[in-house]
This record gives sequence, structure tokens and C-alpha cells, in this order.
Amino acid sequence: MNPDKSNLKKRLLKNNVFYQSIKLFSYALLIPLAFILFYIIKNGISYLNLDFLIKMPAPVGETGGGALNAIIGSFLIVGLSGLIAVPLGILIGIFLAEFKEHKINDLTRLSIETLQGIPSIIYGIVAYVWFVMPFGKFSGISASIALALMMLPMVAKATEESMKMIPYTLKEASYALGANYYSTIKKVILPSCRKGIISGILIGISRILGETAPLLFTAFGNAFLNFNMAKPINALPLLIYNYASSPYQEWHQIAWSSSLFLIIIVLGLSIIAKNVIK
Amino acid sequence: MIKIPIAKKNKLFINILKLTGYVAIAILVLFLITLIFNSFLSIKTLSLQFLFNTNWQPNTKNFGAAPFIIGTLLTSVLALMISIPFSLSISIYIGYFLKNKKRKNTLETLMDLLAGIPSVIYGFWGLMVLVPVIIKIQAWLGIIPYGVGILAASLILALMIIPYSVTLGKDIINLVPNDLVEAAIGLGATPYEVIKHIAIPYSLSGLFAGHLMAFGRAISETMAVTMVIGNRNFIPTSIMDPANTLASVIANEFGEASDPLYVSSLIELGLILLVITTIINIIGKLIVKAYTIEPR
Repeated sequence: MNPDKSNLKKRLLKNNVFYQSIKLFSYALLIPLAFILFYIIKNGISYLNLDFLIKMPAPVGETGGGALNAIIGSFLIVGLSGLIAVPLGILIGIFLAEFKEHKINDLTRLSIETLQGIPSIIYGIVAYVWFVMPFGKFSGISASIALALMMLPMVAKATEESMKMIPYTLKEASYALGANYYSTIKKVILPSCRKGIISGILIGISRILGETAPLLFTAFGNAFLNFNMAKPINALPLLIYNYASSPYQEWHQIAWSSSLFLIIIVLGLSIIAKNVIK
Repeated sequence: MIKIPIAKKNKLFINILKLTGYVAIAILVLFLITLIFNSFLSIKTLSLQFLFNTNWQPNTKNFGAAPFIIGTLLTSVLALMISIPFSLSISIYIGYFLKNKKRKNTLETLMDLLAGIPSVIYGFWGLMVLVPVIIKIQAWLGIIPYGVGILAASLILALMIIPYSVTLGKDIINLVPNDLVEAAIGLGATPYEVIKHIAIPYSLSGLFAGHLMAFGRAISETMAVTMVIGNRNFIPTSIMDPANTLASVIANEFGEASDPLYVSSLIELGLILLVITTIINIIGKLIVKAYTIEPR
């Protein structure tokens, strides 16, 4: 073979240009991310102090104040969603992993996967029709149901995936000791896939904590401090949305601090979730 | 408390498990029934005309979905086009080139961060930082400086969907059999040629599925788009125009709609959105499923 020198050079050059541009495009994404984080930290840090956590939003025209009502609202809404989604999600996950031969297993999996792909705003509409229309008022409970339905597939999938990892011998050993199905699942299988399930739950919580669309016509928002889940209630993402679209500088300030606070919690939860599995 | 004997507990547990399987199906079915039932009024009154009517005037009870369908497609296609160079690059870079664990982790963390930021924060940032920049550019170009509009929405969306196509893309590229790659290298191919002639053709349908699913995310994204798209109910004539998407018009108007036909037609918009995204997701999942079985 007679290697054509100039052709080889051309090929190597092409290769080099390709490699460098791929690298460039990959690392270029750091720029917008840095911009986003920079602005949120720069604008949010000055008011992210103790007052932010324990005070109500200040009236228009006054600086300072906090987001106490939104923090409590978010905590209540997400807490109730977790109480609904976690047990039901784990049970559905066990069903998916264990009852493979059952006639509805495939259908259940399809439903869970379809549910996972439904746009978040649709959850808002459905929760509105189910729980706001009949009672004639917005409520924290309706928001919790919407978010619980969003979280359900995540918990179910995480449970199913981590149960698949458990070797069958573990189950056999438990049966050999005379344990029945219930005790085997409860005392042997679930504890050994604890990490995967917990990580799934944490990821689910961090996802729904930042969800806004399902809350728009369910929780609706509330300018006052409210512990009553049967009434309209505020939440951090709702506060960011409402204050962001307001014309007041002070409210933008609180929205920036809330964004920083929310990002810290959401990203913190997903980091914990990743480390739990390791 | 009454003590339940262990054998009964066992039976009960199994029955509860089976019941929850049905519950999951019931939830989805109820979801669909709710949407179909509540958009029935709109489907009956406006019929198929709803899809092609280009006017949306709630005060004269004139409802048409065309501006929003076009707005949704325009923003999502543009977002996808902006995102493809980046998502393909990262997929190839992580999946093929990067053997260094630390750098791989850096890029993967970057993707996690982008995917983890709540959409309302993307919207807020877009409104406060990106829109003013676009206003300046538009003023400099001599166009009406709206700032908000399809361009702003697409830029934000592109950033949000990149992680979704990358998660699948990098794994698919990684799945390319090593013997094929090594054979090509043995014949003297440069990495560029390996990727162009081996890796990309082999993983084409997987990459397509990843981007299809990212496209689905773009269509269904609500908050970030609602905040920066300008919420105008007309068919946009250029990418600089304010517009509305299916999701953003629901987010914007559902809370204050009181007329039954108005509410019903908004829910029908939701139903259209659900049908489109579900079809996209199912196609994407089928392609991926074919993948995971094939190499074995």
C-alpha cells in the first residue's frame, strides 16, 4: 500500500477538528449553568438568613421579610404527598417485581410508565376536577394528591428496580427457615433493598418539591400563614412564580432568595439520594 | 388490638398487593375518563373545527386550538434544534472518548444539575436575565423589542432538555460493541471515522429515541415556558413573536376560566397535549426496548 501523505494529514486534521469541537460543545454548557447559579446566588444570598425562614413576606414597599408561609406550605403539601405515594408506590413496586405471572402485571407496568410521562399541568387539571370543583375551594389536600400521583411512579419504579437486584437465593433461604411470604418480603427482601427504595423516595421528593404547574389551580397560593390543608395554601415554587410576575423589586428579592433556598434543598436531596446507593 | 394470625396476614398481604396492581391501572383510567368526560362539552360543541380554528377569543366564545398547537410545535422544534449539537457532543464525548473517571463525573454532575433545577427557577431566571438581553438584541436589530417570545422559550427549553437526551444517548453510544470499534481502529480508522461510520450508524435509532423523548419533555414543559413566552393567543409570524403553547395557555387561563365551554375547551387542550406526549413516549420506549434486547 502506498500511504498518501496529504490524505492522511487531511484525515487527522478532520479528526482533530471533530474532537476539539465535541469537547468545546460539551464544556460550553458549563457557561449557562454557571450564569444561572451565579445570578441566583448573587441575588438570593443577601436575604437568605434567619428572617427568611421565620418571617412572613414583607408588604410591598418594605424590604426584608421572609417566606415562612411558603416554606410551611411546601413542607405540608409535600409531606402529605409522601404519606400517600410512598406506601402505595412500594406496594405497586412489589407487585410489579413479584407477580410477574399475574394477568394484569404488564398492564400495571404500562399504566405506571404512562403516568410517569404525563405532563405536570395535566395533574393539576385532574386534581382540580376531582377535589377543587366538588368542594368549591382550592385546598392543600388537592395539591398533595396531584403531587402524590406524580411521585407514585417514581417510588414504584425504584422499588421494582431494586427488588430485581436481590438474588433469589435470599428468598429461598428465608423460606427454608420456615418464613411465609409476608415475613419474607417484610423482614428479608425489603430491608435488603432499603437503599434503592430510599434513594427513589428522595429523588421523588426533590422532584415534586420544585413542581409548580400542578399547584396553580389546586393549592393556589395564600398570602397568609396557613396550617389548614383544606384551605388554599402557599408553596415555595408558587411564591417564586407569583412574585416573579409581580412588578415589585422587593418581591423579586424574595423570589430570588426562595429560588436559592429551593435549589439548595432540591439539589441537596438528589445528592443524598445518589450517595445512599453507593 | 385484635391479633391477626400469621397465615391470615400472609393471605391479606398477597391480596393487598394484587389490589394495588389494579389501583395503578384504575388511576390511569380515571385520569383519562376525567379528561375525556370534562372536555366532552367542547368536543361536542366545537367538533373537529377546534383543531383548525385560528382564533382564541374567550369573550366571544370563539375557541380554536391552532395558535397553541403551532406555538407548541414551533418552540419545541426550535429548542430541539438548538439542543442537538450539544446533546450529541456530550453523548459522544462521555460515551466514547472520556475514559477519565473524574472528568466523566464532572460532566455527569453537570447534567444532573441541569436536570435538577426546578422549571419555575429556569423561568424566573429567563425572565430576569435572558429576556432583557434579548430585548437589547431586538432593539439593536430594529424589531419590536418584546423580549419574551418563542426565542426566549426555546433557548430555556433547549437547556432543560439536553440532560434528557444525554442520559439515553451516552449509554447507547457506550453499547456499541467493542469488537466493531476495535476492528475499525485495526484498519487504521481515526476516532472521527469510527464514530461517523460505526458508532453513529449503530446507535442511530437509540439516539433518535433519546431526542424524541427530549422533544416530548419540551412539548409538555409548562412553567418555564409560561413565564417567558409572552402569552399571546395569536399564530406567531416569526420566532421573535410572543406566543402561547398548549401547556402555557392552560397554566395561564385555567384558574380564571368560569364559562363551562371555556373550561371544557381548556381541558380539551390538555387532552390533546396528553395524547401527543403519550404517543411520543411510547414510540421512544419501544425503540429503547428493542435496543436493550438486541445486543444479547
